Amino acid sequence: MMAFDGVTLALSKGRIFQDTLPLLKVAGIVPQTDPETSRQLIIGTNRPDVRLIIVRASDVPTYVKHGAADFGVAGRDVLLEQGSEGLYQLLDLGIAKCRLMVAVPQGFDYAAAIRRGGRLSMATKYENMARSHFAKKGMHVDLIKLYGSMELAPLTGLADGIVDLVSSGNTLKANHLEAVELIDHISARLIVNAAAWKLGRTRLEPLVEAFRQGVKAE
Amino acid sequence: MTYQWLLPEFIEDLLPREAWKLELARRGLLDLFHSPKFDLVIPPMLEYVESLQLDAGHDMDLLTFRLVDQLSGRQLGIRADMTLQAARIDAHGMNHTGVNRLCYAGSALHTRPAGLNASRELFQVGAEIYGVDGLSADLEIQELMLEALRLTGLDRVTLDVGHVGLFRSLAQWASLDNRSESQWFEVLQNKDIPALKAMAQGLAPEYGRVLARLPELNGPARVLEEARDLLPDTTDIRKALDDLASVASHFSERVPINFDLAELRGYHYHSGLVFAAYAPGCADAVARGGRYDEIGKVFGRARAATGFSLDLRELLRFLPEA
Repeated sequence: MMAFDGVTLALSKGRIFQDTLPLLKVAGIVPQTDPETSRQLIIGTNRPDVRLIIVRASDVPTYVKHGAADFGVAGRDVLLEQGSEGLYQLLDLGIAKCRLMVAVPQGFDYAAAIRRGGRLSMATKYENMARSHFAKKGMHVDLIKLYGSMELAPLTGLADGIVDLVSSGNTLKANHLEAVELIDHISARLIVNAAAWKLGRTRLEPLVEAFRQGVKAE
Repeated sequence: MTYQWLLPEFIEDLLPREAWKLELARRGLLDLFHSPKFDLVIPPMLEYVESLQLDAGHDMDLLTFRLVDQLSGRQLGIRADMTLQAARIDAHGMNHTGVNRLCYAGSALHTRPAGLNASRELFQVGAEIYGVDGLSADLEIQELMLEALRLTGLDRVTLDVGHVGLFRSLAQWASLDNRSESQWFEVLQNKDIPALKAMAQGLAPEYGRVLARLPELNGPARVLEEARDLLPDTTDIRKALDDLASVASHFSERVPINFDLAELRGYHYHSGLVFAAYAPGCADAVARGGRYDEIGKVFGRARAATGFSLDLRELLRFLPEA
């Protein structure tokens, strides 16, 4: 592989990429291809010293921790779930906003279930965050790890409720669930490798400043 | 299970080429320490688990492998770090009242790999100075660390320097209780700027404004001047900034230096100047150290102490060919 000594930014396809585009534009950075149509995973930009790499959302922190990318755009959910050791969270980009919530079938009396002190089962993709949330409340909860379509779990009797990201709430409504408890507010963060930041402030700072301007302009 | 040749995850053999590189580097480093008269100690691989950790629940606790001693029935730990062993030897084994310089080289084990590609077995080499509370010992140790890195093939490092006493003084000044002090510690150490801003809102404005700007005090020596303007002018803070300024003028001609006043690694045991060396192409520090004056207390005798250590296995790819 050719050595690249510019700045590498890791981000995921879809919503994060679409919402990051305007911020990049303020910074004067325009990707040369659209990852939604191209199969290329390394995408050049109009600036020879900046490139993008397209990875899965949950892999962004790994790339940045390894130093395989200087910067990343990662959801706070991913950072909380995986831990953010060795990473600095420089900026709240204010994009890909949603909430991590507890949801149960409509009509299920969540508050009463807690008061009775019984064990509940919850299906989730976010085991660590769910575990620490329920532990803080002193609730006994059995977690069932799922990788998608969480809403199905309570409908099929797999679990009493779910812990999942909610943005519009439409999916919950369509499946007769309701959100009953807020765990945390989630949005995308600009993250940087701690060692890269200490070594190369002068090289990396301009891009952070550009993002900061972009966030302000939004 | 027929894979008898398989090693556990993150555990590896060193084959001849690497083994020689590491051994020659070990000798080279001990020779370097020997000439300015650091005494060599060889602490045991295992000890009672309480001796290997300052207080339960912190990182070192979870990093330590444990087993039960068939002779005493007590729990033993395999060392995860040799610094504390050297401190124990100084505090209790040698009974020096004056200056004591110790060095060590040996394996240590971690229950989990510290970095992403890190081995769980470290080859730790380090040097410590006990009994000098002045800046001269901090400078001597930092110089020794840079010299040691040069010997291991790293001559283009950046020195990163901080002072944990600053945040400790600020926490006192802003009357943070223990709980919020550890919350602040966490967001400062992770430079989690959004969380930091949210937490600053919860403080009285004169305190929140100062604490929220701490991560900005990060960069070349001029951030020390910014710090003098921003931070309250207490005796402790003035002293800490003076020490940092002396480090700046001592090393400025020789090595690129970066100050990070929100760097709080090892906040639980460090007490003054902390430093680390970073090298291009490394996703983590290549050597670390700092002052830890209070540590000896757990062994019955607090002593002024500062030192550094590095992991030769981590640096294998930089070591000169044998």
